[in-house]
Amino acid sequence: MTQSQKSVQQALPEGTVVRVGPDGLEALVALLKQVGYTTIGPTVKDDAVVYQEINTTKDFPIGWADDQDGGTYRLVQGTKGAFFDYLVGPTSPKRYFFPPQNKLWGASKEQGHFEVEKPAEEAPSYAFIGVRSCELRAIIVQDRVFGFAREDQHDKGIFSDPYYVERRKKSLIIAVNCRRAGKTCFCVSMGGDPHVRHGEGFDLALTEIMEGSQHHFLIEVGSERGGLILALLPFEAAKDQDLVARKTQAEKARGQMGRTMVADVNPLLKNNLTHSRWEDVASRCLSCANCTMVCPTCFCSNVEERTDLTGDHTERWRTWDSCFSIDYSYIHGGPIRKETKSRYRQWMTHKLSSWWDQFGLSGCVGCGRCITWCPVGIDITQEAAAIKKSEECQT
Amino acid sequence: MNAMLNKKAKPKTSAKPGRAKPKVAVWKFASCDGCQLSLLSCEDELLDVVGEIQIAYFLEATSAKIEGPYDISLVEGSITTEHDAKRIRKIREQSKALITIGACATSGGIQALRNFADVNAYTRAVYARPDYIHTLKTSSPIQDHVPVDYELRGCPINKMQLLEVINATLNGRTPNISHVSQCIECKRRGTVCLMVVKGIPCLGPVTHAGCGNICPTTDRGCFGCFGPSEAANGASLARQLERLGMSKREIRDFFRSYNANAVAFRETSEIYD
Repeated sequence: MTQSQKSVQQALPEGTVVRVGPDGLEALVALLKQVGYTTIGPTVKDDAVVYQEINTTKDFPIGWADDQDGGTYRLVQGTKGAFFDYLVGPTSPKRYFFPPQNKLWGASKEQGHFEVEKPAEEAPSYAFIGVRSCELRAIIVQDRVFGFAREDQHDKGIFSDPYYVERRKKSLIIAVNCRRAGKTCFCVSMGGDPHVRHGEGFDLALTEIMEGSQHHFLIEVGSERGGLILALLPFEAAKDQDLVARKTQAEKARGQMGRTMVADVNPLLKNNLTHSRWEDVASRCLSCANCTMVCPTCFCSNVEERTDLTGDHTERWRTWDSCFSIDYSYIHGGPIRKETKSRYRQWMTHKLSSWWDQFGLSGCVGCGRCITWCPVGIDITQEAAAIKKSEECQT
Repeated sequence: MNAMLNKKAKPKTSAKPGRAKPKVAVWKFASCDGCQLSLLSCEDELLDVVGEIQIAYFLEATSAKIEGPYDISLVEGSITTEHDAKRIRKIREQSKALITIGACATSGGIQALRNFADVNAYTRAVYARPDYIHTLKTSSPIQDHVPVDYELRGCPINKMQLLEVINATLNGRTPNISHVSQCIECKRRGTVCLMVVKGIPCLGPVTHAGCGNICPTTDRGCFGCFGPSEAANGASLARQLERLGMSKREIRDFFRSYNANAVAFRETSEIYD
């Protein structure tokens, strides 16, 4: 947004809720592009809903929903004309803030010394459309990991990753409230909610309200930047019945959670590091790392030097890695976690338990991706429940 | 990686100053030559590579031969005869570094299907004079015969990985080659999982990454040409393939192709024998 636009335009205050039709949403996408954002939104690709660059609301998965369970995802017909009937897919905003491969810097050997080249490209400005509540909370988790602090936060973290922070700082987040929940959803038992909450860092939040095959949207302001954008669009005031419909929708989705994480999972796992269930899950686990790749909070990476043949030029690249790879725990003398059992335990205990010690929050937001995208359908909630059950039997 | 290699505008004809050109030999055993061809198909990068190394023995490319010893031997193919079992030992004696390339050299190749059958029955069925054929009962990988310094997987190998191994060897560093599953390649690239969205059988979760994500991006399940990943759990994947409707025989044959003799694949296929 340019300064001149800012000065003439009054931002709508946070908490303002307005109502627009589908054309209003189209105008929003157009406006975002006009002010220079790369618009990333949901779209159907290869039989799944993924995040990709979109140009219009016509790119949305219109009328599509999904049916997910352990190891299976199927696109199914949803409510006719609906934009946001689908739930979370295999991708998340993570791949834009923390790309699967990223050049950090390069270096060239010159006579007697070497020159460091910083990456020339500027961080892109992304506007995400359709970010779910669990994804928003996953962004909060990664903000903590990579040391990004929002303007309203004072804790800048000990370590700050410039590549993540730069992309994150420039991004705009338009969330969407979930109208339904799926079989692999368990955000509520992870302390979340299918509807976004204030303070979770969204700029605008959408609620899609269906009336037959007609729909309109409530847009709620979550930040000053969001308020400025919205002020540039035509809208009408939200009606009381819209707010009632939104509340009903949230309650319905809350009641539809397909999975539940057992209570007090953090101490439960800490007390059961030698449980026989780890052997059991290792017999099923493929050690393929899909769970960590699709997880919106997993942040493991590998850093490698890529030289040219002369060895005079090198580039340092960061790529997605996983605690399921043997090399990931390689230290002098060999890898620490040689067996699948210890790697699965590392992943699950970190996510649900030691993440609290490290970052002060849970590493799991209950999006259910690790369940859906595990090729053999291993279910983190079931693994926790099995440990809990055996503990109850003992007492 | 490509961009890095292409950085220099002019291909060099002499090695980097102060560095001797290492003598490189390329050897063939029981194989189809496809992996050796990967070196020739480097095209854009080939002139840079030959600027840094001396091709001392590479019959696929030139009939000129330079006597050993060699700094680097690239070995394609598996051991299927007594004669070859002796020959690889001689090559090892003459090579500072021995790098095996491809599924045949690293696991025994498709010809290792004989390991599960009676090789004499095969020769009787195929040849008019089976008594002319002198062959071993098994096809075995090079590392069963001599120590190997580095193994490059694939049927065929990926040319970028071959360049990376040559590059790393020249510069005295470890190659940037990961032994994780094909799934990591799919997810990094943004390829949607065929098994989860369509129920298409795929060996990706137990297969070594590195091919460049070829099959899953063309709507085909991975069929394991890079052999088992570092921690392959074939038995668990096979149970899922059963749930997807594959018959026991189909599962056996799925694991029993180019890398039939690789331990993790062999053990899984034997469950379904």
